[in-house]
Amino acid sequence: MCGIAGLFLKNRALEPELGAMTAAMLEVLTDRGPDSAGFAIYGEGTAGFMKFTLRAPVGFDFPALAHELQVAVTLRDDHAVIQIPVAREAEVRRHLTASYPMVAVVASGTRMELFKGVGLPALVSKRFGLAGMSGSHAIAHTRMATESAVTTQGAHPFSTGPDQCLVHNGSLSNHNDIRRTLIRENMSFETQNDTEVAAGFLSWKLREGVKLDAALTAALDTLDGFYTFVVGTESGFGVLRDPVACKPAVMAETDDYVAFGSEYRALVDLPGISKAKLFEPEPAKVYFWERAA
Amino acid sequence: MSSALKEMTRSEPVTFDLTAEPLRNLSIALHALIPQTNQTSWQILNPRGQHALAVGVTVPVTIQIDGHVGYYCAGMNDGAVITIEGNAGPGVAENMMSGIVHVKGDASQAAGATAHGGLLIIDGNASARCGISMKGIDIVVKGSVGHMSAFMAQSGNLVILGDTGEALGDSLYEARIFCAGTPASLGADCEEKPMTPNDKVILVDLLQRAGAQAEADDFKLYGSARTLYHFHVDNAGAY
Repeated sequence: MCGIAGLFLKNRALEPELGAMTAAMLEVLTDRGPDSAGFAIYGEGTAGFMKFTLRAPVGFDFPALAHELQVAVTLRDDHAVIQIPVAREAEVRRHLTASYPMVAVVASGTRMELFKGVGLPALVSKRFGLAGMSGSHAIAHTRMATESAVTTQGAHPFSTGPDQCLVHNGSLSNHNDIRRTLIRENMSFETQNDTEVAAGFLSWKLREGVKLDAALTAALDTLDGFYTFVVGTESGFGVLRDPVACKPAVMAETDDYVAFGSEYRALVDLPGISKAKLFEPEPAKVYFWERAA
Repeated sequence: MSSALKEMTRSEPVTFDLTAEPLRNLSIALHALIPQTNQTSWQILNPRGQHALAVGVTVPVTIQIDGHVGYYCAGMNDGAVITIEGNAGPGVAENMMSGIVHVKGDASQAAGATAHGGLLIIDGNASARCGISMKGIDIVVKGSVGHMSAFMAQSGNLVILGDTGEALGDSLYEARIFCAGTPASLGADCEEKPMTPNDKVILVDLLQRAGAQAEADDFKLYGSARTLYHFHVDNAGAY
């Protein structure tokens, strides 16, 4: 099963509400995926800086790490977001790898923060304070595990590139083959999970200079299995269903937002939903929304 | 019955608000109805996309649902007239036996799946696998249908005023498919057939009962080529 909720705001006045709206959508989808949950949210960025979302075992002293690195930190349960000057990215990564192997860099980017964990979606969202977050777009996922174990690492979203994330409902059958190909292209993977391979495939395409919509089109030719994907980039939000359209998807569009839900139930409390244009994304068709910088 | 008695027993429509009471209470109330019930008119408010609304109704009552519904709405319907003032999720009217289900908006996948009888009317579009394995139901879709519609359809009629997705009528048995638009492709063993006067009477009747504004002459009929009914040694490699 699995459940996906995605929200892309066109109306900037709604940005302070993004977290609360996403949290409500996520919780409705609990019965599609009670194992674990996660979300990526695109908030404000600071010119010249980038964010690392870090995860460490409970009890890890993130403030001490931030002090050592001389960077700002925001604590969120067992995750923390540090903001570092872009020029220091490689140095900080090297330092973390060498001195703090128990700290995982979950995601990085100018605007994206990414949090995930095992447990009921409502608890996961509360632990990280999703309802209080703001931003331009967010993607959230509730997982019912099929292809790999119920672990924090196996929860969605997956991020394999800066400000890039992907969530998935379905399962892929040729992920081992594609993972081997991508490893030869110098992409790295943390898990045996099929979705991480899909995220890696898109990141690889984007790294090669391909636009997100073209990368999604390439995914149609390469990925075998069944899937509904929702992907995020710094400025965009994309949706793709496999040609057989195994997995459900409902979209709502108004002048204020574009919303995605695995089921209509997830969209029912969005503002102005009764006047929204409701549609099911067509199979094998790339949908993509982007906001001007 | 005297008019006074009639007045005494005449029932007002029963209104059921799903934000005030759980769906289970509605199901219990509908399943408790006897065929002679005076509670013949039901209105359901605030469905909010919930699943399995008005499933397994076996009495001839009318049920109006004000809003969008989730999965399997009106499944196994046997005699009720159920109107959905909105969109329906996957499997609307699946396994219907008799009665009418009318979706005023769009329907998701597998509308009317495996249904044995009754009439399913969809004013908007239906997505993939509409009428999959239908066994006697009549379905009228005023918009278009998605891929693999009428897959393995055994009997009954699927009327489509718009176009269809890929593989219409794949592995079809003896259901009739009437389509006024263009199929993206026909599935295995599905072919265009000449429309006989008998077929046309069936089509005209269904268009009329569904309140569809369309001319029977604009439709083409598709049915089974019947080449997959029996094993043929030339097909051995395909198994």
